Amino acid sequence: MATATTYGARAHARAQEGARTEAMPVVPASAWPAPPCAAGHLVWAETVAGGNYTHRVLARGTELRLTDLRGDACAHLLLYVADRPWERLNVADTVKVQWNAYLGEDRLLLSDQGRVLASVVADTSGRHDALCGTSTLVRNTERYGDGTPQSASPAGRELFKLAAAKNGLEPRDLPPSLSFFQGVEVRDDGTLDFTGSAGPGGSVTLRAEQDLTVLIANVPHPADPRTDYVSTPLEVLAWRADATRPGDPLWEATPEGRRALLNTAEFLAARGLA
Amino acid sequence: MTRTAVTETVVPARAAWSAVVRAGETLTLTDLHGNQAVDFLVYDAHDTAVRYSAPDTIHAQGSVFLTTGSVLLSNEHTPLMTVVADEVGRHDTVGGACSKESNTLRYGHHTWSQHACVDNFLAEGAKYGLGKRDLVSNINWYMNVPVEKDGTLGIVDGISAPGLALTLRAERDVLVLVSNCPQINNPCNGFEPTAVRMTIGAAVQVQGDAS
Repeated sequence: MATATTYGARAHARAQEGARTEAMPVVPASAWPAPPCAAGHLVWAETVAGGNYTHRVLARGTELRLTDLRGDACAHLLLYVADRPWERLNVADTVKVQWNAYLGEDRLLLSDQGRVLASVVADTSGRHDALCGTSTLVRNTERYGDGTPQSASPAGRELFKLAAAKNGLEPRDLPPSLSFFQGVEVRDDGTLDFTGSAGPGGSVTLRAEQDLTVLIANVPHPADPRTDYVSTPLEVLAWRADATRPGDPLWEATPEGRRALLNTAEFLAARGLA
Repeated sequence: MTRTAVTETVVPARAAWSAVVRAGETLTLTDLHGNQAVDFLVYDAHDTAVRYSAPDTIHAQGSVFLTTGSVLLSNEHTPLMTVVADEVGRHDTVGGACSKESNTLRYGHHTWSQHACVDNFLAEGAKYGLGKRDLVSNINWYMNVPVEKDGTLGIVDGISAPGLALTLRAERDVLVLVSNCPQINNPCNGFEPTAVRMTIGAAVQVQGDAS
């Protein structure tokens, strides 16, 4: 196609519509070929390439399913209250308040304000991590030769900086993150065992308990011992559902969790949001 | 070689403290009465966006406990301070700081009026222009947080004792924020906050060095 003229260049660009690649958002999400819910309820359908990132604002009650399609995705995650980003994921409170270092079904992802950002409502992987955070430019340059966002081995923190910037946030707004699908275990002496992935097809479903800004970087876990940068696609699907309410088993599962959900409900009620 | 104490401060129970420690200088923390938790954050003094990173420190050293030899890494994976001496053997980098808000989850809403570390960090950090978004997972010197096989973790009785000390060396000019933990609902300080001593030592110099 001749692109020497404005008309030709325009026609060339427009002819790309409808192209499909392995890693891309499907818009509208309802066009996703195999929805896990009524197709009209899907609000986000995307496959994130290895070494890439994505971000979205999700309403309270939205469920977000992350799937490790080929077994080497690692979803590094940060959460912020959408209109009050100074209330954000607090990994230390998440593990301390719930008396457990590991993430899994029925775990709550807590903010620094004694409230719940999201709950983990399903998990078929069991290999997650709240301790090691994500990778950095310095470390990836040591390990893989480069860690810049446009390189073949982007660092998670560099991608988080971009995702944060697109939501009006700065590097100092990036606290320690969680990661899903590549785990570590703590031995008695405090040292870590990297457990790696549970294999292809593992998924974890989070439920937004407030309106959230979600940042996701799909990059190798910082403790991944492999010398090659191995990062495979991550599927991201989100759909309209309901927030956790009194009477749900999760509401009463632990006294700490009940108080976190109560604090959240009261905060939202005072704002006229729930 | 000479090493001269340049400042020595006793931080009362529940109080906050801060200082800039210059590259090469040491900071010695002394647990005067035993079993006191010292909540600790450290920033690059010239660029506070570069600050202590618990996850970078944990995965780089392959352990959740800090002791002699542990390097406190920043969020850019660069060294801020190094533990050069430790008479206790284990310190926490997972549990973070207590706050009025998290206390309502951990113990109940009756704790709301009690003192907490995050308030110390906010008040002390404000002196340097630091705000809420500058607070990240911190170190708890002397605090004992074991992790069981099933992931259960918790703050348990400390393993420190009166007079035990640890010394950090600054790897660059750093700003240190301390909250001498006021928590009274868990064993991090034996349910009774006590004073600690902070000693900044001069940078190591070779004798006869004219500088």
